[in-house]
Amino acid sequence: MEFFIISMLNGLSYGLLLFMLSSGLTLIFSMMGVLNFAHASFYMIGAYFGYTLNQFLGFWPALVLAPVLVGLLGALFERLSLRKVHVYGHVPELLVTFGLSYVVLELVQLVWGRTAVEFVPPEMLRGPAFTLVTHSQQGMDWVLGAAPAAMCQTADAAVRIVCSPFPATRAFMMVIALLMLVSLWLLLTRTRIGLVIQASLTHPDMAQALGHNVPRVLMLVFGAGTGLAGLAGVIGGSTFVTEPSMAATVGSVIFVVVVVGGMGSLSGAFLASVLIGVIQTFAVAIDYSFLTLARDMGWTLSAAAQENTLAKLTVSQVAPILPYLFLVLILIVRPKGLLGTREG
Amino acid sequence: MSQAVYRFKPINVGRWVIWSLFALLMLVAPLLFTSNLSVTMLAQMGIAIIACLSYNILLGQGGMLSFGHAVYTGLGAYVAMHALNAATAGTLAIPVSLLPLVGGVAGMGFAVLLGYVTTRKSGTPFAMITLGVAELVFAMSLMFSEFFGGEAGISGNRVVGQPFFGITYGPQIQVYYLIAVYTFVSVAAMYALTQTPLGRILNAVRDNPERVEFIGYNTQRVRYLAFIIAGFFAGISGGLATINFEIVTAEVVGAARSGGYLLFTFLGGATFFFGPIIGGILMVIAFVLLSELTKAWLLYLGLIFLFMVMYAPGGIASLIMMNLRVAKYGKLRQIWTSYLGLGLTALVMLAGAGAMIEMVYHLQLNSALGDQVRFMGMTLNARGLDSWFGAAFVMLTGLGLFELARRQYVHEWGEIQEEIEKEIKRREMTV
Repeated sequence: MEFFIISMLNGLSYGLLLFMLSSGLTLIFSMMGVLNFAHASFYMIGAYFGYTLNQFLGFWPALVLAPVLVGLLGALFERLSLRKVHVYGHVPELLVTFGLSYVVLELVQLVWGRTAVEFVPPEMLRGPAFTLVTHSQQGMDWVLGAAPAAMCQTADAAVRIVCSPFPATRAFMMVIALLMLVSLWLLLTRTRIGLVIQASLTHPDMAQALGHNVPRVLMLVFGAGTGLAGLAGVIGGSTFVTEPSMAATVGSVIFVVVVVGGMGSLSGAFLASVLIGVIQTFAVAIDYSFLTLARDMGWTLSAAAQENTLAKLTVSQVAPILPYLFLVLILIVRPKGLLGTREG
Repeated sequence: MSQAVYRFKPINVGRWVIWSLFALLMLVAPLLFTSNLSVTMLAQMGIAIIACLSYNILLGQGGMLSFGHAVYTGLGAYVAMHALNAATAGTLAIPVSLLPLVGGVAGMGFAVLLGYVTTRKSGTPFAMITLGVAELVFAMSLMFSEFFGGEAGISGNRVVGQPFFGITYGPQIQVYYLIAVYTFVSVAAMYALTQTPLGRILNAVRDNPERVEFIGYNTQRVRYLAFIIAGFFAGISGGLATINFEIVTAEVVGAARSGGYLLFTFLGGATFFFGPIIGGILMVIAFVLLSELTKAWLLYLGLIFLFMVMYAPGGIASLIMMNLRVAKYGKLRQIWTSYLGLGLTALVMLAGAGAMIEMVYHLQLNSALGDQVRFMGMTLNARGLDSWFGAAFVMLTGLGLFELARRQYVHEWGEIQEEIEKEIKRREMTV
């Protein structure tokens, strides 16, 4: 049971991190029709900016400043490069962001080196947020923070106690992501700028005719989207590892999220992020293969079947490809994505 | 009735000349560049040309931006390698010369299988799905080590069976000529494809899928067919790579390889048939020579790509064709001084920027070797203020002069284009 709760929370927090990234990507896509291939690169820049600012100013100023800087860079890129390419159509727009991802990767390696840097979260977030204590006789209990050592051990051999801590960084990640989700929703539906954004999304010509500067709105959206990626970068970088390959590992997964959720659907992106986060986290933790299943079920397999690679693969080994299998499955069963409305 | 219409079909002299020159060039190239390195590079160029051209069936002719083309070259290479090993073991009677076809059929088979899912969509979703499929195959390649050989990959020996007229494929030059023959035939076949009804309707699907639907074609099926053909040629390229390198590792299906095909096809020029040929040649030069020259080559490559997308989306081929048009009207004389100015100022700017980039790389990677950096015959001090100041000064001077030269060039270019337009109108009037 405690395995289930902790895995579920881990999966949720990972899914929410994915949503922080995919929300910006979806927003940019639905506004401008541009799939920002370099979105994960902005995530990486956010992590590295956070790392550097953390050294000079501390974690909390870095958490605010790094996303702002990343957002400014994003807006600058939109203004100087993407807007020029806009006239050529969508494929060159995708290509220009693809080129940017190469340049960013090399620049990051140039400035911060090719190995991982040590980006430690502040003292407050280092320990566990809470600890689940499972007592084989008294049932389950939970303690805020780390459980005292006395609770986790017992002299009685018949009693089994398991303490499973849940890291504070992950809890923090969930809190930030939820805050961001709510404020994004409020911004889009309750404020004037949000209404202008929605208007520019569906009727750009009309919004322009009413005197709104639509290109500037697009620049703002791009800046905000990359800024969100930067925020995710600071949190993701301090929770996981800050290294040059971090963009590639998360990059293809968020594209899967956006397609599975339905292109341009924010709620779809949320659903798909959480789903994929949970599925992947559970799969990594399950060390189970077809072979062990057969053994548990009491089937006897031939010697050839026992040596079969497919049968020997455990679920945790298959975990890295699950999002992509999910993608293929969704495309066959429901081509517009989980909550998507547009076809093609 | 249509049979009765007389159609004038002259022999296209220009086309015959160009194709003969192409064949001749491939024939004599290894005789001119005889060193081991250059023959190896020429062989790799042939492989890259086929791969980039097959990629261009998707990107240039079909408007399908694929991030996973290496899946088909790579899987073709793997299947060809297994066929080669089976031939060595004696379980499969197949001459080495036909291995690329095995790779081609394999690439086609995988394209039939995976393309069914990917070509259901076009445009941006297509691009993302190809990316997902590429990741899927790459992740699988580390999972099934029986087929993919795990981290080490699988290797074979191309010298199999009895020599045929003295051809054993032991020496590299024989392999080169095998690759040259395959390259020529594949290039010709892919050119022929652009002239077929399928090739034409593929262009229409790229330009206006809605109208194609209206005249009664299924765009999805057209994309699927094009995808399968592209997969076939990609597989041939993979099979040739198997014979050439005698080893296949998991990185041949990796994302970096797919990105490389995209990058260089685009740099060469996706809008013209011969663009990817330039791209393939550049790819080998960049991977073999540029990577030796500087550690920062990926950065330079990325920057070139960015500027190319922004300022010349037709690639190098379009630049050549635009200047050919200028030359055709005899205007090249007016503008060549501007080109000279542009080239020189760009060189000054790049020298400054390059010096700074190399110094940063030096500080980052091998600062243990001291602070001296050798750059274009000069010795720079990576920690010295004067080196940095000098490099920055050179770059900024170059940048300023380049901007001046660029304005002059843009002005002259516009004038020449206007003159050419007038000239064309005048000729039309006289006719």
